[in-house]
Amino acid sequence: MAAGAASGGSARSDTYKEARTWLLLPAWAVLVILVLAPVAMMLVYSFLTKEFRGGVIWEFSPAAYDQFFCNRGLFGDEPCSIEWTYILIFWRSIWQAGAATLLSLLIGFPTAYFIATRPERVRPLWVFLITIPYWVNLLIRTVSMKFVLRDQGPLNDLLMATGLIDDPLRIVNTNFAVQLGLFYSYLPFMVLPIYASVERYNFSLSEAAADLYASKWTTLRRILLPAVKPGVIAGCILVFVPSLGSFLAPDLLGGARNFMIGSLIEEQFKGNAGNWPFGAAAAMILLTMVLIILLILARQQARAQKGAG
Amino acid sequence: MKNTVSASGIIAVDIDHVTKRYGSFTALQDVSLTIADNEFFTLLGPSGCGKTTLLRMIAGFEDVTEGEIYLFGDEIETLPPNKRPVNTVFQNYALFPHMTVTDNVAFGLEMLGRSKSEARARAAEMLELVQLSQFAERNPSQLSGGQQQRVALARALAPQPKVLLLDEPLSALDLKLRQAMRYELKALQRETGITFIFVTHDQEEALTMSDRIAVMSNGKLQQLGAARDIYEAPHNVFVANFIGETNLLEVSVGKVENGQATCDLGGGYALSCDAVDGVAAGAQVHLSIRPERLFLSDAPSKAESLPGTVRDNVFIGTDIQTIVALNDGLEMTVRTSNSERGNSRIFEPGRAIHVNMEAGAARLLVD
Repeated sequence: MAAGAASGGSARSDTYKEARTWLLLPAWAVLVILVLAPVAMMLVYSFLTKEFRGGVIWEFSPAAYDQFFCNRGLFGDEPCSIEWTYILIFWRSIWQAGAATLLSLLIGFPTAYFIATRPERVRPLWVFLITIPYWVNLLIRTVSMKFVLRDQGPLNDLLMATGLIDDPLRIVNTNFAVQLGLFYSYLPFMVLPIYASVERYNFSLSEAAADLYASKWTTLRRILLPAVKPGVIAGCILVFVPSLGSFLAPDLLGGARNFMIGSLIEEQFKGNAGNWPFGAAAAMILLTMVLIILLILARQQARAQKGAG
Repeated sequence: MKNTVSASGIIAVDIDHVTKRYGSFTALQDVSLTIADNEFFTLLGPSGCGKTTLLRMIAGFEDVTEGEIYLFGDEIETLPPNKRPVNTVFQNYALFPHMTVTDNVAFGLEMLGRSKSEARARAAEMLELVQLSQFAERNPSQLSGGQQQRVALARALAPQPKVLLLDEPLSALDLKLRQAMRYELKALQRETGITFIFVTHDQEEALTMSDRIAVMSNGKLQQLGAARDIYEAPHNVFVANFIGETNLLEVSVGKVENGQATCDLGGGYALSCDAVDGVAAGAQVHLSIRPERLFLSDAPSKAESLPGTVRDNVFIGTDIQTIVALNDGLEMTVRTSNSERGNSRIFEPGRAIHVNMEAGAARLLVD
């Protein structure tokens, strides 16, 4: 920004520079108050000592991180060996969120493509229809999902009535139910960015590919997908990140065995049984992990761009 | 199989009573024409005349509502675009933005199953042909419009199609480049021997490059013929008006005799011109006279000659255009070349003169 203003090289650019500083102030304020400050608070809390009735004692302690990574035996007096409980929960969360993202992509991409290829006047209507279910509260939608999927629910009734299965499918309290729940929670976040990039796609490129003897599948893989890749990546991030920290779907649809990070963190702040520093530490670890994943993606993207350019 | 041989040789594309409808709108109505192998064939018409639709039907991007299209004798209606041995140069080039120039040009050959090295070698050859070898590893966005256009050309030519379809390929270029590309395209067509089907709304492009031109309007074929024939002997008002400039006069046909027709222009003027089929005595039709086939003089010449008054002279560089007022509000435009001989035939406004017509210049139009 500053370099751009300087390259203007006239007295006028100085005026702009001053104006820009002032005009950017609200944006900075929002960023500091809503993003940086909460993260800083979380970081501080994760290094404090826990109070047994919830809350914290203002005294430095790495105990939360120690609890997360170290197994010190039943009485807490043994040397540190790796504590797998929470790492497993994290691993399960990544796996569940990843599966939900893949599911969203498989359903969301064709949906977005379908909308983007409708006549221009009806596209807003289709986008609107996609978003309608999301006017309903997430909790209610997730509970409804449980009712649909349960043993005596409409889905199993339907499958049995059509004779496809003889006994009800056990879906609720499985990993798959959680994935379905996450998929349903965040589908529009996949559809909308992909829709935006497919809509900008120049369809004469597909025609050119077909003209040059490419099959439909090859055209999708070699021409369309590379062109809409930014939208696909944005969609995947927008579904993956909230899925990773989600607690409603795993709680309601997954049961106790399918515990995820979101639930772990939630528990630390609920009622008197919680452990605030531990919750904050878990959240910090989650945040760090997400940032690392995003950085890797961004690096790859930049490298691909450079390779192409 | 349909007949594949015409009097002139092999037929590359045979459009047989083709109609295209979008709902209630008819984009093409019962168009029939044949395009010979090795021909530079142009579909010419204003936007919305159906020329691009016809091209896209040959490429396979649009279905045929009625009729058949044959490619070297084979019906191609059931073939998807990727199975048709034709390639297209798109209006906005449609170069793949994430691939290098070489990868763009090699794409078609790769899809045909050639080895990567063979495809790349051929791509290099094609880039040499269009003089872009030094840009082989660039991305399309790093090239100018004219260079992109040549990449599109190389890409479409690389798989050695039997027929090359060109959809207004020069329309996005500036005038100088467009003019230069005309000769390049024509030379390329001669060198490769590939049949070119060229779509344009620019009559000058059509006239300079084509072996034959199909003039289209409102989804119908108006006239088909060699460039010169279309210009000199337009069939109807649309063609006469669309190609070049002309004086269009409403006339009533008097007697028709010995291949000559007498035409009454009104205002006491009469001209005699070649009779045409379909125009009988008593018909109310139009007469087309090209302005460059007229010349001015003080005294009437031996040829057909009409008295009038000079209204205005307009200088347009190579020519001077004179507007002559005749009786009864009739007007004629006369073009005189800006040469010594031509300038001796220019008269100042207000001067009474005669408009003289070269033999055979007046052309009766069917409708």
